[in-house]
Amino acid sequence: MYGFEAMTFNIHGGYLEAIVRGHRSGLLTAADYNNLCQCETLDDIKMHLSATEYGPYLQNEPSPLHTTTIVEKCTLKLVDEYKHMLCQATEPMSTFLEYITYGHMIDNVVLIVTGTLHERDVQELLEKCHPLGMFDSIATLAVAQNMRELYRLVLVDTPLAPYFSECITSEDLDDMNIEIMRNTLYKAYLEDFYRFCQKLGGATAEIMSDLLAFEADRRAVNITINSIGTELTRDDRRKLYSSFGLLYPYGHEELAVCEDIDQVRGVMEKYPPYQPIFSKLSYGESQMLDKAFYEEEVKRLCLSFEQQFHYGVFFAYMRLKEQEIRNLMWISECVAQNQKSRVHDSVVFIF
Amino acid sequence: MMQWLKNLPEMDLMRSEKMTFVQLIIPVESAHRAVSYLGELGLLQFRDLNDDKSPFQRTFVNQVKRCAEMSRKLRFLKDQINKAGLLSSALPTLQSDVDLEALESQLADHEHELIEMNANSEKLQQTYNELLEFKMVLQKAGSFLISGKSYESAEGRELDENVYPSDYPESDSTSLLEQATQSGPSNSSGLRFISGIIPKSKVLFFERMLFRATRGNLLFNQAPADELIMDHVSSEMVEKTIFVVFFSGEQAKTKILKICEAFGANCYPVPEDLTKQTQITQEVSLRLSELETTLDVGIRHRNAALHSIGVHLSIWMNMVKREKAVFDTLNMLNFDVTKKCLVGEGWCPIFAKPQIQEALQRATFDSNSQIGIIFHVMDSVESPPTYFRTNTFTNAYQEIVDAYGVAKYQEANPAVYTVITFPFLFAVMFGDWGHGICLLLGALILIAREGKLSSQKLGSFMEMLFGGRYVLLLMSLFSIYCGLIYNEFFSVPYHIFGDSAYRCRDDSCSDAHTVGLIKYRDAYPFGVDPSWRGSRSELPFLNSLKMKMSILFGVAQMNLGIMLSYFNSIFFNNSLDIRYQFIPQMIFLNSLFGYLSLLIIIKWCTGSQADLYHVMIYMFLSPFDDLGENELFWGQRPLQIVLLLSALVAVPWMLFPKPFILRKLHAERFQGRTYGVLRSSEMDIDSEPGSARHHEEEFNFSEVFVHQMIHSIEFVLGSVSNTASYLRLWALSLAHSELSTVFYEKVLLLAWGYENILIRMVGLAVFAFATAFILLMMETLSAFLHALRLHWVEFQNKFYGGDGYKFKPFSFAALADDED
Repeated sequence: MYGFEAMTFNIHGGYLEAIVRGHRSGLLTAADYNNLCQCETLDDIKMHLSATEYGPYLQNEPSPLHTTTIVEKCTLKLVDEYKHMLCQATEPMSTFLEYITYGHMIDNVVLIVTGTLHERDVQELLEKCHPLGMFDSIATLAVAQNMRELYRLVLVDTPLAPYFSECITSEDLDDMNIEIMRNTLYKAYLEDFYRFCQKLGGATAEIMSDLLAFEADRRAVNITINSIGTELTRDDRRKLYSSFGLLYPYGHEELAVCEDIDQVRGVMEKYPPYQPIFSKLSYGESQMLDKAFYEEEVKRLCLSFEQQFHYGVFFAYMRLKEQEIRNLMWISECVAQNQKSRVHDSVVFIF
Repeated sequence: MMQWLKNLPEMDLMRSEKMTFVQLIIPVESAHRAVSYLGELGLLQFRDLNDDKSPFQRTFVNQVKRCAEMSRKLRFLKDQINKAGLLSSALPTLQSDVDLEALESQLADHEHELIEMNANSEKLQQTYNELLEFKMVLQKAGSFLISGKSYESAEGRELDENVYPSDYPESDSTSLLEQATQSGPSNSSGLRFISGIIPKSKVLFFERMLFRATRGNLLFNQAPADELIMDHVSSEMVEKTIFVVFFSGEQAKTKILKICEAFGANCYPVPEDLTKQTQITQEVSLRLSELETTLDVGIRHRNAALHSIGVHLSIWMNMVKREKAVFDTLNMLNFDVTKKCLVGEGWCPIFAKPQIQEALQRATFDSNSQIGIIFHVMDSVESPPTYFRTNTFTNAYQEIVDAYGVAKYQEANPAVYTVITFPFLFAVMFGDWGHGICLLLGALILIAREGKLSSQKLGSFMEMLFGGRYVLLLMSLFSIYCGLIYNEFFSVPYHIFGDSAYRCRDDSCSDAHTVGLIKYRDAYPFGVDPSWRGSRSELPFLNSLKMKMSILFGVAQMNLGIMLSYFNSIFFNNSLDIRYQFIPQMIFLNSLFGYLSLLIIIKWCTGSQADLYHVMIYMFLSPFDDLGENELFWGQRPLQIVLLLSALVAVPWMLFPKPFILRKLHAERFQGRTYGVLRSSEMDIDSEPGSARHHEEEFNFSEVFVHQMIHSIEFVLGSVSNTASYLRLWALSLAHSELSTVFYEKVLLLAWGYENILIRMVGLAVFAFATAFILLMMETLSAFLHALRLHWVEFQNKFYGGDGYKFKPFSFAALADDED
């Protein structure tokens, strides 16, 4: 019922919203990050984390720690939380929660396909996959030789099947094709997710459309920057942009013809919400763009907690947690490799 | 009077223990020992002096880390012991007083040994599993092959190649493999097959995937395995299914093998030749039995090792936990400037000072330190923690009070009165000596088995029941007492104290229910006359009795509460509170509800017919009118006018003077001091250091006034609503007696009216269940909660601050409790 979520939302969503807000307050704060940044060894990091929500997940790890173990255990916590929420969820929230994982699914598919292309061991690849994007027959992806087979053998059973219909070709798989496939899939996924949220209506639609639009615009910018200087034609490039978001449709027209980073900047600065992101960067620089985008995203995600009775908090929490894990990974890598001066380069404080 | 009050012997439980803030200066060499002795003593609460440091920047972080690592190893060992299904016998073999370094290396050895053993046995187990699977595949797939052969001969084709997966992993079975490989001359055309085994849950998907990959050009046969097989990842037993796939073509083979790999299916070669099959089967069985014995020996060896660890495990765990606690506490201490001493601060009760000093001396002596530990008292700005010394009996009552809020330091402790008033108010609501006896039996069982129950781990509900066993005991004793007064035994009245005072007008007793009974002798000596039961006026009589009784109890308890606030003011030397809070409160409450209680008592004593509602209501509406037939005693009207006026005066009395006087005092104190900067330095000189900082707080008149206003309004409204709240005593007692009457009359007596034994038994069973679950459990719980509310809200809000914090000494005993 549009506009009347407050009346009925808590019947099915109240418990889970409470859970997710509780989880949110367990996120590491700036004070935690400051302490973590002062750590000398990975054991110090473990010690500090053991005083946080991560404690039970790390306490049984034997002492010479590795960055991967820390990240793995932290991800495990996220996965456990997600699974708990998914078990408790009813329709349509369970579908919403499943939508959140499709992005990881796409990444995993691409990872396996690329890996087999370069003749890597499947088991090794499986370990690298994000556990949220796992599905039953993911290992079978290695069998496929081309897109059509990929679809017919494996993906037809997964929720990704509808997104695939746009990129079925019988071309053999190569790096370029795979990258295009990833972006086509992501485009279809975002559009589908956007439609689904619009269908839910209410505050969910309002907040999710903002978050997804930001995601779509960010992807558009990244696709543009990454495809500069490759053999991707303008038309092909435009096909990869999602058909919603702030840049749609005129910004896409302009982005499609960009030839260097400064042109992209020119296009983006016309849009007031993105102006501050780009105004922070010096000309010709694209390294810090990722961090700037992440910071903006975190800000928006945090804001979504200000409103009640919508599903956006679940999306926001999952994203924030992923950001936190990225932060932890960066900090532990810096500590492990004695690069403490660079710790602050890529850490995005959440609170 | 004042002198007499002051000379009363001190009650231990009334005021919390006197605490003192102490400083310890400990030489580094004896620090560890001193802290562990203090932990054994458990009477000193350390203050964290390194609050601003994160855990890994503290002094003893390495030791803490080592302890954490050791406890991780211990958890691993415990986990292994539990997995092996060994009961870690908690026999405290007190011989081992190993020191920490030795334990650390010992633990590392044990862990290493176990991991190695596990790896070995896992390898063996895997080989065993593979052989077992191979055997099953041989048995099942053999039968498929035979049927397949007949099928194939009908088709006129030849089955001539077996495919062997190249990745058969175990080197142990190479001999087998060689044999098998020889048996299959390769032929690149024609029908081939792959046989293997796969977890049952994956079969359907596997088959579908095979079908898709080969575009339907295959034949899939499956049969369930007879035995469960251990999955080596999760070490759970899983059901598996044996399959045989027939297909043709080289490309299909690679695809199928890849799919098998992806699904985690293990493929095993099966020779088509029957004789070879039997031969291999025999060989596999032989190896299986060999392996089984090896595995058995391995497990026995491992169990023996685990058992020897298990004996010490609990001691070790305890030791590591203590050690960690000691280092955690040491981390709270500061280094002094010379880095040779550790400085600690904390709270301890004054009575414990000699004990602490003795422990510290012992520590100095035992660690052969040159310098003794300096232990001296300091002044502190903070308010001290609250510490009541309770015993097993009073502990439960103290818990009831603490659940509302921990008393401020040295504040009057309501637990002293709660010990009796709580069970008593409960019993007023639960008055039935039959039910009381049932509760008493329960409480006695819990108390009799105290020693046994306190050592074992109970469920959360039993834990609660056991913790409150002495509360339960008093509750049941009081309900027997109240039950005797109400004269109820499972709602049946008994003539315990002689005959009823009433009898029928004539022998037939026909008009007993219409006209009534006549009184022929003195009143029933104790409690309610049994003849009231079942009479027409039973409810009006009992209601009136219980209602009035509730008000009497309520007014008495609230007066006690206000009296306690007086004791508090005396204790803290706060004459302002006595004059402008205690006196008007006392006047207000007693001029209204104290007067009502007086009227009730007079009415009971004189047997007057006066309507008390009328008296109370018209006391407010028209105080000057004549009381008429409602006059209970001479001079009632002028008394009422005086009481009403004093109540009216009491309200502004408790509202206005106090904030204004506070403001005046404040103004006097800072007279002429207009510059705030200088204030603090002057303050330190002219007033005692302990209270110096409190006065620095800004005096905000409007805040104080609003606070006082809220307080007064709360009291005035509260005295009405709290008195009304005590009527719950009546309501619950009524509900209880009505419920038990219903169960007795409508279930037990009704069923007993039938001759049929079956119906009687059913009736008895229903009655027993209703009594046990509804009356004994639900009603007990509800009466308990209402008694709790009456204490927390109606009683304690008259005097209890409840904003203190508990004394949490560093103690090993508490540490052990924590874990359980």
